[in-house]
Amino acid sequence: MSDNRLKQLMPARRKKPSLEIVIITFIFIALFVLGVMGAEITLARIFKGFDNIGNFLMRAFPPDFSKVNSVVKSVFETLQMAVVGTVFGVILSLPIALLGAKNTAPSKILANISRGIVIVSRTIPDLVFALIFVITVGLGSFAGILTIMIDTVGFCGRFFMERIEELDPGPIQALESTGASRFGVTAGAIMPMTFPSFVGTSLFALEKSIRGASVLGLVGAGGIGIELNTAMNLRRYDSALMIILVILIVVLIFEKVSRSLRERIM
Amino acid sequence: MISIVAKDLKKVYGNDVVALSDINFEVKPGEKVMLLGHNGSGKSTLFKCLTGFERPTEGKVFIGDTDITSLKKNEFRNVRKQVGLVFQNFNLINNISVFQNVLYGALGGNQGFRKTLNAFASDEMRYKAMECLDRVSLAEFANRRADQLSGGQKQRVAIARTIMQEPEIILADEPVASLDPKVGREVMDLLWDVADERGLAVICILHQMDIVKEYGERIIALKDGKIVKDDLIENIEDSFFKELYELDKADESEVK
Repeated sequence: MSDNRLKQLMPARRKKPSLEIVIITFIFIALFVLGVMGAEITLARIFKGFDNIGNFLMRAFPPDFSKVNSVVKSVFETLQMAVVGTVFGVILSLPIALLGAKNTAPSKILANISRGIVIVSRTIPDLVFALIFVITVGLGSFAGILTIMIDTVGFCGRFFMERIEELDPGPIQALESTGASRFGVTAGAIMPMTFPSFVGTSLFALEKSIRGASVLGLVGAGGIGIELNTAMNLRRYDSALMIILVILIVVLIFEKVSRSLRERIM
Repeated sequence: MISIVAKDLKKVYGNDVVALSDINFEVKPGEKVMLLGHNGSGKSTLFKCLTGFERPTEGKVFIGDTDITSLKKNEFRNVRKQVGLVFQNFNLINNISVFQNVLYGALGGNQGFRKTLNAFASDEMRYKAMECLDRVSLAEFANRRADQLSGGQKQRVAIARTIMQEPEIILADEPVASLDPKVGREVMDLLWDVADERGLAVICILHQMDIVKEYGERIIALKDGKIVKDDLIENIEDSFFKELYELDKADESEVK
C-alpha cells in the first residue's frame, strides 16, 4: 500500500465530538454551574454549617433512651411495612418480568406495557409515590406499604427481566422439545434456573426497603420516620439521635443476615 | 413406530440466503441416519425445520402422518413429544436434581406440570423415572444436582430424560462433540441400544468420522443446503469423506 494511502487510512488522533455530545455536555455544565450558584455555596455558610452540626451534636448527646420502647414499636411497624411491601412487590415483579423479558414475552404489546410499568416505578422517587398514596389511602403504614411495593417492582422487575434474558436457551429448548406447555417451560426451566438470582435480588430489595421505609414517615406514610420527624421538629435532638441509632442497628443487623443468606444461596 | 419425512424442503432467510433446498428423504422406524456436512451446510436449519422450531419456506415435514408445516404454533405440543432431542450441551437444568431433570421428560404428557414434580408425581411416574435412570446406569445419582456430574454422565441423564419422554423418533445434534472419545463411544452405544430396543428412527448429526464409520448405517451428507449423498455407509467410499472434509479445509484456508 502506498504511503499516501496509509496516511489516509490512519485514524485521527482525536475524534470530533458529535453535536449531540456537545449539547449534552453544555447542558450538564450549565446545570452544574447554575446549581452551585443557586445553592449559594459560600465558605461562610460551610463554616456556619459546621457550627450548627456541632450545636446539634452537643444537644443530641447523650441520646435519650427513655422512650426507646415506643421507638422499638415504630421500628417493628417499619420492618412490617418493608416486609409486606417487598413481598407484594416481588410477587408482582415475577409476572411483569416474564411478560417483559425479550425471550419470554408472549407479545410485543405486553412486553412494552411491562417495561413501561418498571420504568415508571423506577424513575419516580419513592417519596413522590408516598405523597400520592398518603393522599389516596390516607396517612399511615398502608401508604408506606404501597410505596415500597411500587419501589420493589421498579427494582426487582428490572433485575428479574435482565436475569431471564441472560438465561441459557438450551434447557428451555430441551423442555419445549418434550412438548411442554408454556407454563411447564416457565415453571420447570426458567424458574429453577433464575431462583438463586431472584432470591438474592429480593433480599437486596428488602434491605433497600428497610432503609427506604425509615424515611417514608417524613411524609406521613407510617413507620419510624414519623417519630424522627416529630423529634426533629420539637428540637428533641437527643431523642432524634436515639432513633437514628436504632435505625442504624436494625439496618446493619438485617444487612448482615441478608448477606449471609445470599452467600448460601448464590 | 413412525417415520420422519422431508419433502421438497426449502428454507430461505431474508430474500436470497438459501439455507436449504431440494431436501427429500424418509427415515423409517428402526433406521439410524448420520447427517454430515461442514459448518453452514444447513444441518442445524434442517433440524430446526424437522422439529418445528423453524418453518420451512417451501415443502413439507411429516412426523408420522402429521404434516408439521401446516400446524399452528399451539398445535406443536403433541408432535414435539413424539420427537426426542439430544443436544451437544446436554441442556439439563443444572441447579435441580438429576431425578427431577428426568421427570421433566414427561412434561409433554397430559398429567400437567404439577404431576411432573417429584413432590407431587405419582408412584408409577417416579418409579418410571428411576427405571430410565437405571437404563443409563445412573440410578445411584438420582439425588445429585445435575451440575455435579461429568459431561458423559450429563449426556446419559439427557438420554434418560428422552427415554422418559417416550419419543418415536430421536434427533441428536452432535451428542458426543463435548465428550472425550471413550465416553463418546459409551454414549453412542447407549443411544443406539435405546433406539434398537424401541425401534426408533434416529437422525444424528456428527463430525467425528471414526464414530460415523463405526456406528453409521445410512449417511445423508449436506453441502450448501443440498443433499449431496444419501446412501448406506457400505456403499460410500472413503474418498467421499475425505473430499467432504478436505473441501472444508480448503474453505477455511480461503477464509484465512
